Amino acid sequence: MPRTRHNAPLVPAVVGVLVGGLALAALLGAADDALAGPFTPDSGGSPNAGDIDTLYRIAFYIGIVVFLVVEGTLIWSIWRYRRRRGGPAAAQIRGNLPLEIGWTVAAALIVVVLTAVTFIYLDDIRDPPGAGAGTLAGPTQLAAVDQRPSPPGRSLNIDVNGQQFVWRYAYPGREPLYNFYEMVVPTNTNITLDITSSDVVHSWWIPLLGGKADAVPGHMNHTWFRISKEGIYRGVCAELCGYNHADMRAAVRAVSPGRFAEWARRKRAQIRRAGQALAAERRAREEGP
Amino acid sequence: MATDRPTRVLPRARPEVVLRGAPRSEPEGWLGWLTTTDHKRIGILYLVTTFLFFVLGGVEALLMRLQLARPNSELVAPETYNALFTMHGTTMIFLFIVPVLGGFANYLVPLMIGARDVAFPRINALSYWLLLFGGVVLYAALFFTPPDQGWTMYAPLSEAAYTPHGGIDAWIVFIHLTGASTLLGGINFIATIHNMRAPGMSWGRMPLFVWTILIYSYLIILAYPAIAAAVTMLLTDRHFGTAFFDPTGGGDPLLWQHLFWFFGHPEVYIMVLPAFGIVSEVLPVFARKPIFGYKAIAASTVAIAFLGLLVWAHHMFVVPVSTVVLAFFMLSSFTIAVPTGIKIFNWIATLWRGEIVTRAPLYFAAGLPGLFVIGGISGVILAIFPVDWQLHDTYFVVAHMHFVLFGGSVFGIFAGLYYWFPKMTGRMLSEGLGKLSFWLMAVGLLATFMVQHSLGLEGMPRRVYDWDTPEWEPYNLISTIGSFVLAAGVLATLINVLHSLKRGSRAGNDPWHGNTLEWFVPSPPPPNNLDVIPRVRSVEPMKDIRRQVQEQAGRTRETVSQPITPAI
Repeated sequence: MPRTRHNAPLVPAVVGVLVGGLALAALLGAADDALAGPFTPDSGGSPNAGDIDTLYRIAFYIGIVVFLVVEGTLIWSIWRYRRRRGGPAAAQIRGNLPLEIGWTVAAALIVVVLTAVTFIYLDDIRDPPGAGAGTLAGPTQLAAVDQRPSPPGRSLNIDVNGQQFVWRYAYPGREPLYNFYEMVVPTNTNITLDITSSDVVHSWWIPLLGGKADAVPGHMNHTWFRISKEGIYRGVCAELCGYNHADMRAAVRAVSPGRFAEWARRKRAQIRRAGQALAAERRAREEGP
Repeated sequence: MATDRPTRVLPRARPEVVLRGAPRSEPEGWLGWLTTTDHKRIGILYLVTTFLFFVLGGVEALLMRLQLARPNSELVAPETYNALFTMHGTTMIFLFIVPVLGGFANYLVPLMIGARDVAFPRINALSYWLLLFGGVVLYAALFFTPPDQGWTMYAPLSEAAYTPHGGIDAWIVFIHLTGASTLLGGINFIATIHNMRAPGMSWGRMPLFVWTILIYSYLIILAYPAIAAAVTMLLTDRHFGTAFFDPTGGGDPLLWQHLFWFFGHPEVYIMVLPAFGIVSEVLPVFARKPIFGYKAIAASTVAIAFLGLLVWAHHMFVVPVSTVVLAFFMLSSFTIAVPTGIKIFNWIATLWRGEIVTRAPLYFAAGLPGLFVIGGISGVILAIFPVDWQLHDTYFVVAHMHFVLFGGSVFGIFAGLYYWFPKMTGRMLSEGLGKLSFWLMAVGLLATFMVQHSLGLEGMPRRVYDWDTPEWEPYNLISTIGSFVLAAGVLATLINVLHSLKRGSRAGNDPWHGNTLEWFVPSPPPPNNLDVIPRVRSVEPMKDIRRQVQEQAGRTRETVSQPITPAI
């Protein structure tokens, strides 16, 4: 190596690395579709899962650039400046203020970008489509910061209750309608969930349908999804809830609104009959032999 | 500058007679170890004990990986699996990483600041014995029912209604014992560092490892009372009819989570900052260069600790909570990335244009930023709360946390072990075994945990004893194989230590050409540490002493040491 090489100022080197990093980020963005599966979160069932996926990818690409810059400069420095016979003596440098300020500002800028991107996507992830913004300064004025605006259009609210080790779903309506393990929902409908637990903390999570929401006894949690494709979407309880935590599975079956109405009618009838049978049995027992 | 006006740092004629420095008459043999109040012997007790617990925790991890290697495995029962991950997490955090750093601090802080012991030697001994008995209480539970609801012990699952067995109570007593041990240790370090530094060692000349131990101690004092309160409330909930965490009695499960994480997140920095401190000591010595940005590194330690107290609820992004809270904790968590990045860049700049001596301690110290950065990046991704809604409580988090705690803390601890073993024993560790250990550990860590990011992204939750999704098969298998490579790396170091204790080559007092005062005393150091406490004139007092003695002697010498006190 010529002598001038390791006297090269540090600042241009860092600028070079940053420019290369930005070019790489652009390249990664272009190769976006190739990076699915094991490199990104599950998505495709509901729009909020898709938005989380996009947000993840943006952070991931920035992360890859940071990773390559750090590993590159670290490994290069160790290799280039390892002690060799006749090699240059160690430069007795104690610091460099502009450089110190430079990388502080660079790190802060990355954080600012991530914050901005998060708030851009937040409304679409948090609230069902068309519900109006309900974030820090949204157009809808709400009484409390955690109050959810009610979604317009076709929607269905389901009460989700976690119990060791099964999920119970209660549907609205005068006549009781509920089900365990499998939640049947109509397609193209905003499904809003009110989630709680009647024993320990559980966590509702169907990866394809967006993020998880803890079911905490004494609290009501909320999430939503909207499915356009019929099918079964599976998930597992995501908060340790006891020995059979791993077996506390959940499934969402999306069917057309017509078939959903049919299912609800049959299920209500089933529940009614079971209730009548139970009442008859109780009467018989009370009257006694 | 020391070069301008040579000052005498060595005794001219005969060693000064210092009553405090006179060796305490300690009993010989095992009774000596039992009754010792010497910070160095207590440090050794800490290190040996914590490495034993490290091996136990590692075996628990390997059992878990064996269970998860294949789908529908029946190696262990669900309740055994739950006990395994509870014991693994509890052991590694409370019985390995936090106290092993306390062990290094015990041994080295007095030597590095030129003191003859810590401020309260007997409290120091109490600290160690509380730790040991805490560990005994936890592991004695194996003979009854071990705790099995995760190291986070979330209420109401840990309440008597759902988990009546005594394993939880053993865990509570264990937390109190080790918590008291750690708190006493922290108070001791603060008193020592504030009051007992050598003349001339201002805050700006204090070794960076000592800086991190000071901050570690302050964080302990701020964080540990929260968990002490929380487990006491859990104890009264379980046995005395209170309902702090029971919603049916007007309590709130989220109270447990807030109290736990108010301790639990600063705990991460308690575990990782001293490891950063070790790296900040090792890199300049092996790069033959001063540390780059001493003030920036010291200040970023303080900044990380301060911000670390304000991020706890990022562990609670999926509980019912308002968006304002989510946004606050996302921003505070992002902000921590800045001082952490500053440290990493300063370390790289320390290596840059150095004359790097590639010995085993450097391997581990340079491996830390290389591996920790993966955990740092995934940490920033997890701080984006909508993304956390997908990734919370999945294997992505497991991978993140292990890059932080293994790639960060454990690699720092191993760097410290390879760096200071010659000082503690007078023997060198084998270079070959050390480098082999490094490569096995680095490759094993990457193989075990890189694929776990993908497992999490594909939807595998944590803390499940069993799985049956076909897409997860290759990742789980690779992860298990990687964990055994990692274990082989740790084993190589254990063999190295046992072998070198008797057979290692003689180290001399300063084998690495160190910068700090511990290298001025013989290896192993005498009971009184220093006969004469040198005056400190820069952040690298040992370098000054070496230069000065060489000037006085008029010739280049390999290294210098305080003269060994002749027996009078």
